[in-house]
Amino acid sequence: MFLYYVRLAALSYRRNPILSSLMVLAVAIGVGAYMVVFTLNYVLGGDPIPHKSSQLYHVQFEYGDPDIADFEPPPQLTYRDAMVLLEQTNDVRRTVSSKFVAVLEPPGNQLQPFFINGRGSSADFFAMFDVPFLYGNAWSRTDDQAQQQVAVLSREMNDRLFGGQNSVGETLQMHGLTFQIIGVLDRWQPTPMFYDVNNGPIGTGEEIYIPWGLIASQQLRRSGNTNCWAAPENASFEAFLNAECAWVQFWVELPDQQVFDDYSNFIDNYSAQQKEFGRMPLPPAQRLYDVNEWMVKNEVQPDETRILSALAAMLMAVCLLNTVGLLLAKFLGKSGEIGVRQALGANRRSLFIQHTIEAGFIGALGGILGLGVSALGLEGIKILLGNEIPHDWVVMNLPVVGVTITLAIISTILAGLYPIWRASTINPAIHLKTQ
Amino acid sequence: MQIGPVFRALMRNKLGVLLIAMQIAFTMTVLVNALYIINQRAANMARPSGLDEANTFHISSVGYGSDYNESVVMDDDLNRIRQLPGVIDATVVNAIPVSSSGSSSGYMTEAGRREMMVPAALYRTDENVFRTLDLQIVAGESFSRGDIIRRASNEDRDVPGVMLTLAMAEALLPDDPMSTVGKTIYAVDDTPLRVIGLVDKLQAPWPNSTFIEQAVLYPEVIIDGSATYLIRTEPGFRDELMVQVEELLAASGHQRILRNNQSFEYTRNETYRIDNLMTSILKVVIATLMFITSLGIIGLAVFSINRRRKQIGTRRALGATRPDILGYFLLENMLISGIGVVAGAALTIAFNMFLVQTFNMPRIDWYYTPLGMLALIILGQLAVIGPARNASLIAPALATRSV
Repeated sequence: MFLYYVRLAALSYRRNPILSSLMVLAVAIGVGAYMVVFTLNYVLGGDPIPHKSSQLYHVQFEYGDPDIADFEPPPQLTYRDAMVLLEQTNDVRRTVSSKFVAVLEPPGNQLQPFFINGRGSSADFFAMFDVPFLYGNAWSRTDDQAQQQVAVLSREMNDRLFGGQNSVGETLQMHGLTFQIIGVLDRWQPTPMFYDVNNGPIGTGEEIYIPWGLIASQQLRRSGNTNCWAAPENASFEAFLNAECAWVQFWVELPDQQVFDDYSNFIDNYSAQQKEFGRMPLPPAQRLYDVNEWMVKNEVQPDETRILSALAAMLMAVCLLNTVGLLLAKFLGKSGEIGVRQALGANRRSLFIQHTIEAGFIGALGGILGLGVSALGLEGIKILLGNEIPHDWVVMNLPVVGVTITLAIISTILAGLYPIWRASTINPAIHLKTQ
Repeated sequence: MQIGPVFRALMRNKLGVLLIAMQIAFTMTVLVNALYIINQRAANMARPSGLDEANTFHISSVGYGSDYNESVVMDDDLNRIRQLPGVIDATVVNAIPVSSSGSSSGYMTEAGRREMMVPAALYRTDENVFRTLDLQIVAGESFSRGDIIRRASNEDRDVPGVMLTLAMAEALLPDDPMSTVGKTIYAVDDTPLRVIGLVDKLQAPWPNSTFIEQAVLYPEVIIDGSATYLIRTEPGFRDELMVQVEELLAASGHQRILRNNQSFEYTRNETYRIDNLMTSILKVVIATLMFITSLGIIGLAVFSINRRRKQIGTRRALGATRPDILGYFLLENMLISGIGVVAGAALTIAFNMFLVQTFNMPRIDWYYTPLGMLALIILGQLAVIGPARNASLIAPALATRSV
């Protein structure tokens, strides 16, 4: 019966091609546009590390100066606090991390020296954030403590420097120092860039990773944000490290409630102690934020996507209203045919099913065309984003395709409920008479 | 044409009217608010930076190797650049306006009064900045060559005097901004800074900051291995000079890397990329909605005309002229659109209140809503004119046929 109704729907489409195509177009545009915005939201608002997001916590302290109106505590930590948290002796996985840039002198002199974007982090960084390795592996905590000059390259940088060969064991000149490569990452580009929310939600990861302590001991050129709320005592680097300047990100992995409570106590005590020294004067808010809380707090999802969501929902509403009207016109336009079917014994239920399937048929066509519309829209967005911002994440993945078609079918049927009801309750007598 | 009969006829098909009216209402809501957002962003993007934007570019030089003497290289570079034909002037600066990357700090008119602190972008530059950035000195004096301090980043030196933008002076002393000249202001750590002059306009690096026009200029250059040169050219010379300057610097034989050779226009586009993206998407949304709504109006008009072919024929047979029929459907659409735009006005304002509350956007200007209403009524009339014309072509003889 289902197939028979689908055939009827196809026949009905052919009998009234213009009206039917208008409906398909309306559904396609509505759903397609909605899906473009949905994809943006899905990626930017989605959980970038779902299996662990509730175990990874960013630490924040009540920094600031109550004298300064509207002072927002910066999202990062000062050097001295980061060092305290880092040196705390327990088994909790933890990582400091900050960005730097440096001049890299490529091996073999076949390339000119160039600038490289780097990240200093702790050994645990890679395990905590599930960073995939192509060759080799991360450094150890002992390497961190000894400030070994070891480096992990991104896959792209390894391609550029070594043509994609396994470069583990090779050495590099960076910032005038010699680094030994101990690992090469596989492609890794979480979107949003949850582990560093300071520089926009979309960005490329770094090209090289080194033990974080080297940034301070070798005075590498730091990049990323630095917020100071009290000026350093003098211009020396030492004074800067001791100053109330936040530039270090700090994450811990707290796998269960017990560990969480212990850690939470630890930083509460630390914070209380600092308050006695006259630091961290603002009233305590939350100190530990898991990945999702952290992204919400730092407004990683731009306002734009929320405004666009509301507008896209309205666009979809217009398209569906349009479909209601057109379906009504179409179904009432074939009252005669419905009358004949009724006279031949079709009951209301089967008329209802028939027209639901017809609406669903149009919805499905609209959905398929809508996929094209949203693919087109996403291409457009990629072009507008340009090459500076990575846009690999602007893709229609399987869930989006599924949601698009389902949404198209369901919404068309919902939009069609009233027309379907009208069609299945037509009084056959009237129409048979006029025929 | 009498409204009464048209209206009563309409009321027989309440659902059709409701559907079209709702579409018009939603379309108007989106149209007005989207246009408003577009205009607002356009106005943001149009704020002048103070620079001669079309004829400015910048390039960074980062030295490496132990025998790299930045101070010497910098003098040499700037001298050579200035001698190129077509260059008006060149300067070295720590941050590029509107580039979204730079430094900021807080300043106060009395030491220790941190609650009075006024934020500002911080530019470290030399005496050539005025001609290069097209800054006019509105009060006091500008830096002279001897004022410029060169220091390493870990070295403390007192600057002889700073300059403020006019907007910064107004923020510090709203009652008498001109009197900041000659006064001493204080940095966050209470370092006194004597104000020697004011410049007309210079934007901060961050267009979304609350202090976009507030900036403090320091006569100093930090020697840290990296220098950014800003170059202003005669009109039309920029693109060729971008190539020439890079070649000139590359050929100078120093161990260094040249990066970010960018026109100011490019930098500005990068900074406003999300705004550009947003306005483009909104334009597409508006166009799509107008298109869909017109289709809806046409579709339903065709449908209702087809259902009333016989009645139209009858009216024609009873003496109604073609313009009468045409007018009937235009009036009908006018009534439907009227209901739509009234509902649309309410919805528009409601949606705008949502935007104001959720995103802290300013309220829409009053004339947006009436203009939106007018636009949609015109759209409706244009959409229905085709079907209405077809209706008016129905022959009176149709009345005599049975179907």
